[in-house]
Amino acid sequence: MSLIDKLKSGLAKTRQGIWKNTVGLFRGKVDEEFYEELAELLIQGDVGVNTTMELIEELRQRQKEKNLGGEELFAEFKSLLSGFLQISNFKLDPEQLNILLIVGVNGSGKTTSLAKLAHYYKQEGFAPLLVAGDTFRAAAIDQLKVWGNRLNLPVIAQSPGSDPAAVCYDAREAARARGKNLLLVDTAGRLHTEKNLMEELKKIKRVLGKEECNLKTLLVLDATNGQNALEQGRTFNKSLTIDGVILTKLDGTAKGGIVFPLARELELPVFKLGLGEGMEDLKSFEPELFVEQLLEDNE
Amino acid sequence: MVTLVFANLSEKLQGAMQKLRSKGKISPRDVKEILREVKMALLEADVNFKVVKNFVARVEEKAVGEEVLSSLTPGQQVVKIVQQELTELMGSEREDLNLTGDIPVIMLVGLQGAGKTTATAKLGNYLRKNGKKPLLVAADIYRPAAIEQLETLGQQTGLEVFSLGTGTSPRDICRGALSKARREGFEPVIIDTAGRLHINEEMMTELKDLKKDIEPGEILLVADAMTGQDAVNLAESFNRDLGLTGVILTKMDGDARGGAALSIKAVTDAPIKFVGVGEKADALEPFHPDRLASRILGMGDVLGLIEKAEASYDREQARKMEQKLREASFTFDDFLEQLHQVREMGPLEDIIGMLPGMGNKKMLKNLQVDEKQLVYTEAIINSMTKKERQDPEIIDGSRRRRIAHGSGTSTQEVNRLLKQFKEMKKMMKRFQKSGKSSMMKNPFPF
Repeated sequence: MSLIDKLKSGLAKTRQGIWKNTVGLFRGKVDEEFYEELAELLIQGDVGVNTTMELIEELRQRQKEKNLGGEELFAEFKSLLSGFLQISNFKLDPEQLNILLIVGVNGSGKTTSLAKLAHYYKQEGFAPLLVAGDTFRAAAIDQLKVWGNRLNLPVIAQSPGSDPAAVCYDAREAARARGKNLLLVDTAGRLHTEKNLMEELKKIKRVLGKEECNLKTLLVLDATNGQNALEQGRTFNKSLTIDGVILTKLDGTAKGGIVFPLARELELPVFKLGLGEGMEDLKSFEPELFVEQLLEDNE
Repeated sequence: MVTLVFANLSEKLQGAMQKLRSKGKISPRDVKEILREVKMALLEADVNFKVVKNFVARVEEKAVGEEVLSSLTPGQQVVKIVQQELTELMGSEREDLNLTGDIPVIMLVGLQGAGKTTATAKLGNYLRKNGKKPLLVAADIYRPAAIEQLETLGQQTGLEVFSLGTGTSPRDICRGALSKARREGFEPVIIDTAGRLHINEEMMTELKDLKKDIEPGEILLVADAMTGQDAVNLAESFNRDLGLTGVILTKMDGDARGGAALSIKAVTDAPIKFVGVGEKADALEPFHPDRLASRILGMGDVLGLIEKAEASYDREQARKMEQKLREASFTFDDFLEQLHQVREMGPLEDIIGMLPGMGNKKMLKNLQVDEKQLVYTEAIINSMTKKERQDPEIIDGSRRRRIAHGSGTSTQEVNRLLKQFKEMKKMMKRFQKSGKSSMMKNPFPF
């Protein structure tokens, strides 16, 4: 299955709901009611009140300037939407130690995303080492070990309750000793409002980045989350500086519209999209494609 | 804790309502304007758009009627309508678990990552505290180490966990669990199912079959409090396929505004029965929709009151104050400081309003709690000299007249305050003797 097909089928549910209406909307008259309905549709897609208003204002301006309607206005709208978004396309360097630190709130899909990333980079020729940095949640270490077995990749772990920063230190040593060039670090889920736990993450990051390496911090966000995902983004970014967002669970009916305020208000770029349960279902984020798929008219 | 989640929403709504209350005359445009604010507040709190739209339409329909607008207090009438509709939306009374039947069964369902496994253990813990002997059932055979997770939680909490590994179907696991429960006298049986998307037909069929087979008395949807607009879709699907009997709202200890709670209630009519408020096994609280509705509407919430008091109370100051009380060196200056502290908690009316049954104005009038009283008291103390505040004993007739004059009050009022202060000091000494210094945390007598 090609990437486009995968994205299409993954987003099929998303498309069918709200966004199909968007397309129909542009066929009608461009009046106050049109903008009102457009705003409603965006809000229902979790774009959020502020960003929606901003988008609508911008579209209104452009419409006035260029006197657009129908197809043209729709095209303008799509470019406006994709123009809002930001991509995180950093590259890993096989010649040095790369570290991907995976963080996020409880249940966002950190461990599963980590496994998918490991699978991807293994195929790309990297030598990944999985790091069980979630020493808190019951059986989190076991969960990562199961993935290690399935992917045939080594896992660095200590016993439950141990200091995650110590596990990370071990992992760095192990990477050096075994000649691995990619550490994928799982961490315990934590609500961004837990100050002490956010401090713990900072410590983990410090330990990991002590010696030179290509360290990237990835925030896993659940696409079914609403406006609170913005608060998560804000707080995690403030504490850790986030290099990219992994937006998971887009294969449900959630619209994923939260990526717009994330880009606009926090300038947080999206790194990957989680589109299903399979190992291959973690896809690169391409704004045009994302918007195109969202708004595509299937009728 | 829970109330904090909704604090933001509540603040916004109350702000909008306040504008209306004060108006003597309102037009349909005023109503529209205010409802727009209500609408935005609800949307920002992630309440589903359709739910908000319906809500606003209902309020508007009732509010712009001739009777309301031409009544003597149109603003208050509209506020009342909003209150009624919001209470309707939230549900009113707490609904308990249905634990009837031969062996009561509770089945937990939901999306991946909602918190089912944790909720299973917490619910077991809660029920055991209430004298039950629950059996936890590990029926999530799909997620790696889900069974180990429940087993670990079982060990930590000392609860019995039934599992047959990942090689047995959830149906056989549940059947096995039921016969074990029957044999060994466990009840209720709490089943942790695998997380699944509501649009995954195969997985939803598995749950439907499971329901037919084991006939659970409770099917609880475990949902993340941070859920956005999609809450209605998932709740609707789960409800349609399974007939939900209730909801457990998890991760309520964060700063989510919790609009999902309103959405889910609106589309399923299933009551929220518990909320998860932390990572520990006992961080599960019964949910009281009425309490929450009152809080959002500013109608009364004792817990909220305590939180408010604590938030505005400086611990260091409190310690110093306690010290002074112990040494019986409490002066009018300290009294003044206490006064400020009370006022920092917000308008007196609001504080009293947080007490149950004190919400409506009529009762407040009967109580004669007048903000002005505090202002007068403050003025009287401010009119005292430094020396007088330190040592009230020196305040004689002429000083009293001067103070009354300076504060714009009467000598009688000054006398009353001096008497009260004396009484208070006496009371403190008594407390001190019985060693209940903690009771003097806030000695201001009201």
